Amino acid sequence: MPPSLQSQSAVDPQHPDIDIRQGRKVFASERGDVEALADIDLQVRRGEFLSVVGPSGCGKSTLLKCVAGLERLTSGSLQVRGEAVREAPLGLGMVFQRDLLLDWRTVIENVLLIAQFRGLDMGKARVRALELLHLFGLEDFVDRYPWELSGGMRQRASICRALVDDPALLLMDEPFGALDAMTRDQLNVELQRIWEDSGKTVLFITHGIAEAVFLSDRVAVMSRNPGRIMKMIDIDLPRPRNLSIRDSTQFTHYTGQIRDVFLSLGILKNH
Amino acid sequence: MTFKSSGVGRFLEVMAVLVGALIVWEIAVRIWMPKPFILPAPSLIWSEFASSPGYFLAQTGYTLGTTMGGFLLALLLGFISAVGIVYSRLLERTFYTLLVALNSVPKVALAPLFVIWMGTGVEPKIAIALTIAIFATVIDTVLGLRSVDPELLSLARSARASEWQVLLRIRLPSALPSMFAGMKLAISLALVGAIVGEFVAGNTGLGQVILQAQGMFQTARMFVAIIVLGILGTVLFYGLEALERWLLPWHVSQRGQIMQHGA
Ligand SMILES: Nc1ncnc2c1ncn2[C@@H]1O[C@H](COP(=O)(O)OP(=O)(O)OP(=O)(O)O)[C@@H](O)[C@H]1O
Ligand SMILES: [Mg+2]
Repeated sequence: MPPSLQSQSAVDPQHPDIDIRQGRKVFASERGDVEALADIDLQVRRGEFLSVVGPSGCGKSTLLKCVAGLERLTSGSLQVRGEAVREAPLGLGMVFQRDLLLDWRTVIENVLLIAQFRGLDMGKARVRALELLHLFGLEDFVDRYPWELSGGMRQRASICRALVDDPALLLMDEPFGALDAMTRDQLNVELQRIWEDSGKTVLFITHGIAEAVFLSDRVAVMSRNPGRIMKMIDIDLPRPRNLSIRDSTQFTHYTGQIRDVFLSLGILKNH
Repeated sequence: MTFKSSGVGRFLEVMAVLVGALIVWEIAVRIWMPKPFILPAPSLIWSEFASSPGYFLAQTGYTLGTTMGGFLLALLLGFISAVGIVYSRLLERTFYTLLVALNSVPKVALAPLFVIWMGTGVEPKIAIALTIAIFATVIDTVLGLRSVDPELLSLARSARASEWQVLLRIRLPSALPSMFAGMKLAISLALVGAIVGEFVAGNTGLGQVILQAQGMFQTARMFVAIIVLGILGTVLFYGLEALERWLLPWHVSQRGQIMQHGA
């Protein structure tokens, strides 16, 4: 077992890493209040990969920001590893839809940004950063600047940045949403490989039904106005999964199930 | 990308036009022979400069010193104020509001007042250069510090970055392009301020060269000073631009060029 997990075993292993109860979030605005989240009950187990799919504007990003301590729930309770969230929980890594790389830093310096923020030993962090860049096939781009990289490479670098201090919890907000389909598939495979056996808890947000099924242990399906979790689906597919699993009947059974939720809600229409 | 890479070509083009204009000027003066105190020929202006280059250099040095003094102070004070304004609602409401409101006031009108306050030495000249230039540095630095991508700030907060780290590692570098825009404006304004300061008091500097030469109808001498000022302003501006290129190779407007160097 990796040391990062052992050190946390003092905490009740049955206790979920993320625990949201009766979560509600209202944004006040001049045109009246917007209820972004309602009746959110969500428990994410330690080491679990949980995806949230839902239509645009249903509150997925808001949910993630609350977990990250960047927004606060209007009511309800939200705990991360047994502690109520007031600011960003420790041991948190974040990946956004935009890679947010700093143009004035090389790839490795970008990866080390988070290490600097966290005040890590820079020598050790550097070794770790190089390992990560290797894992993601960026070894030849360590000292390049972001503008010299393709979109897929940039997003890989931003994932390395999130992983540099070996966070126990990874929050990803449509990390592959801006990439072409092929790069996206490739990164799904790479992310799965990195996550497997890492013990990391991942909360992954996406518009992509297939992506969610491919990556996840469970998928939360959301509807909008207000954002609610309509259905929770266990994805019982063997791991490691390869891309061809998407043609299997089990896989299409799951994607069909999710699509049916959206169809029944009128978010997707057949005509 | 191709037109960007021909920076040297553009420079040669500008030089060619200038030299052409000088030749036309010289020929026109030789044909129509205006009185030299109305319009001296370029050759006469050159010989005026060549007769006492040391004198002109000394005056140029003085004006340059005043300009740089005013500019650097505007940069330093402007930067400190801008950081204060960005982090303090109170400073923003009071100092910044006042500054923006005063920006449209013609600041050169203050020059005679500064002479009363500070005498006829270099101080009122630096003060007026500073007063004119600081608006540009403060306003553009504030804009730059504020223009940070909010998601980048979220990223920093998610890693519990301190406000100081955010300023140093994110806000400042993001603000540099905007700060340079302000600096390029400020250096030209500081030069204007220095000359105005020299006009109203003292007996040194290119401003005084122009005033004194005017008193004696030494038009060629006035032209020397005017041309030197033109060169000075251009060199200062492009010096800053070169510095910007060197310090901010990532800046979007210059990205095309970098790619070419890389290729
Ligand atoms: N800071 C804010 N102030 C006011 N309203 C907000 C704010 N942030 C989000 N909202 C509103 O909350 C709702 C949910 O927004 P959110 O960004 O969480 O949606 P999303 O599911 O992430 O959408 P997308 O898939 O397009 O990213 C939207 O109606 C949005 O307008
Ligand atoms: Mg979103």
